[in-house]
This record gives sequence, C-alpha cells and structure tokens, in this order.
Amino acid sequence: MKFRRAIAAAAFAVASSALLAGEIPPGARRSGYSFMGPETRAMQDDDTSNPGMLFVLDGQALWMKKSGSADKACADCHGDARSSMKGVAARYPAFDRTQGRPVTLDQRINLCRAGHQQATPLPYESHDLLALSAFVAHQSREVPITAGDDPQLKPFVEQGRDFFNQREGQLNLSCANCHEDNFDKRLAGAPITQGQLTGYPLYRLEWQTLGSLERRLRSCMTGVRAQAYDYGAPELVALELYLMSRARGLPMETPAVRP
Amino acid sequence: MPYRIVGDGIPESLTGSPGDAARGRALVLARSTTCILCHSGPFPETRFQGDLAPDLRDAGNRWSASQLRLRLVDASRFNPQTIMPSYYRNDDLVRVGRNFAGKPILAAAEIEDIVAFLATLRD
Repeated sequence: MKFRRAIAAAAFAVASSALLAGEIPPGARRSGYSFMGPETRAMQDDDTSNPGMLFVLDGQALWMKKSGSADKACADCHGDARSSMKGVAARYPAFDRTQGRPVTLDQRINLCRAGHQQATPLPYESHDLLALSAFVAHQSREVPITAGDDPQLKPFVEQGRDFFNQREGQLNLSCANCHEDNFDKRLAGAPITQGQLTGYPLYRLEWQTLGSLERRLRSCMTGVRAQAYDYGAPELVALELYLMSRARGLPMETPAVRP
Repeated sequence: MPYRIVGDGIPESLTGSPGDAARGRALVLARSTTCILCHSGPFPETRFQGDLAPDLRDAGNRWSASQLRLRLVDASRFNPQTIMPSYYRNDDLVRVGRNFAGKPILAAAEIEDIVAFLATLRD
C-alpha cells in the first residue's frame, strides 16, 4: 500500500512538472544561434572577430580594479573568476534572501558594489555594468542553464510564465504568440527565434553594441506597442527568470552575437 | 466608433464614403500599419515580407469588401486565438503604450483605403 502510494506520488510529481500546452519540450529547444546565417555564426565563434569579447576584456580589467570607499576589487573577495564564477550566470536570476525575491546578475553586481565595495551602483545598460556582466557570464560559456531550480523561486517563475503568455499592447500580442507558436516563421523577412536566453549580454549587429536582455525585452514590448517596464522592474526580472528556466539545459554562449 | 455587423461582415463604409485603392496599397506596404510584417502579397518591390499569415494575392477573390472590413476591424471575432490584431479597437487591451493609448491601430479612413485595395486583389 505504502509502495503504491509512493508510485502515485511519483506519478503526480511527473505530471505536475510536465510542460504546459504549447511549451517547447527540452529536445526541441534551440538557441538563437541556430536561426542565424553562417557569417553571423562565424563572427560569434571566433573570439578575435566577436565584438562582445572587447567587453569581456574590459570586464576583466574592472574585476581586478579597486572601487568604492572600501577600496576593494571584485577579485579581492571572489579571487580568480575562471573558477569562482564558472556556472554562476547559468543559475541567474537567483533568489536573494535580503531582498526576498530574485535578482539578476546586473542587480547582484550592484548589490555587491553597494554592500562590499561601498561604491555607487552602475547604471543599467552602462558600459561598465555590461562589461562586468559579460565577463562574469563568459565564465559560464558552455555550461548548461539551470536557473529556476531553487524552490523559493517557484512563485516568481510562475509570474514570469504568466507575463510570457499575457497579450499586451495596442497590437495585443504575447511573447508566446511569436516565440512559442511561430518560431522559424518570418516577421518582415527575419526569422522568429524561440527566445532562448543563452547568450546575454550579447552583441547585436542592429544595436552596434553589447546589450542586456532587459533592453531586448523592452524593445519587444515597444514593438507590440505596450508600455515597457523600467529596467530592474520585478516584472522584467520574473520574465527573465521564467525565460532562463525555459532554456534549461541549453549551454551558455555569452557573449553571443545576434543580427 | 460605431459600426453595424451584418452576417460575417460590415457592409457599410466606416466613413460613409468609399476608400481609395491606391492609398490602400501604400498603406499595406507601410510598416507602420503592420500588414506586411506578417503577410506577403503581390509586391515585387518589397523585399521584407512576412509569412505568419496568408498571402494577400487573392484576398479579393476570397472575401467581399464587407467581409474584409470586419476582418480588419476585429479578426478575433472569427478566431479568439488569432494573432491578427483588431485594427479598429481601442478598449479591452493591456498596458498599451502611452503614445497609443485610447487609439485604434488604424483610423476609419485607413481601413476603408485598405479594404478598397484588397478587394482589387484577384487572381
């Protein structure tokens, strides 16, 4: 009887973790890399031609640089990023106990600056924040994404999924309408991807610079003529968290190059 | 923005007068109307067309002007899951951007121009 109950419980656990209708099963998840042409792939693959690597190098210098009134560098606490930061970005956004909610890698860097370096926060989308973020995330290149596993994150993942499926804006479209139901089709000639977050911050040829996921999400929201959330808004963090959990198992590519 | 639905269409012009097909063609090709982002059509001069929605080349065979008008005004009437926006709707929407709040995607006259153009697309 006990045994049967255990089977029933296991079956329930499997069913409750099953994909919701329309969600892309693990084996069918594809990085944006697979949607782009050979020239852009080659640019990403070769570190000497990948423009994102310039930001990674700047981030490495910032990692070593003392900052704030505590006169400490990231390296003074974290040591060699190649080992201490390996896999970290693949788990972000992560739950922060003091905030009681998930924080992004950018927010973690600024929490560290405020708390440990006693330095001013770096503005969102500033060169230095992107560079540090790219340097840290680069240490996870080829590490499979596992973000969202922490049970404390569950309500925030659910909130992010709701945003993903919520139609919004004057055009009344949800993220899922394009990135789940219509990937591989062409919007004004350009292929629609699955929106798997494998390479942020990434170098976008259209931007001619490195940019954050939040920049990308905000431009999609503007595209459907919705009011974009502000940088760092809890709604954007929840959406990022859901998207990362949705990319589970795909290897990190930071800094990716995209058209 | 009142309009009267009869059967599966809106038989009367939203402005009370017929649209201009030449202006309608230019509107379909203007990215700001969003048509060409998802649809393709007989527009050899336009490279970047979409394939999320049916080709428009025979729209005038498939639908009457009355049917085209209602499909532009509110396609969700026929399929609540459709990705085609309701071009003449200004309420029951979520988080509409400040610059667009309270306005339909297209003005009545623009819809009439596009209807007039689409009705000419016959194989």
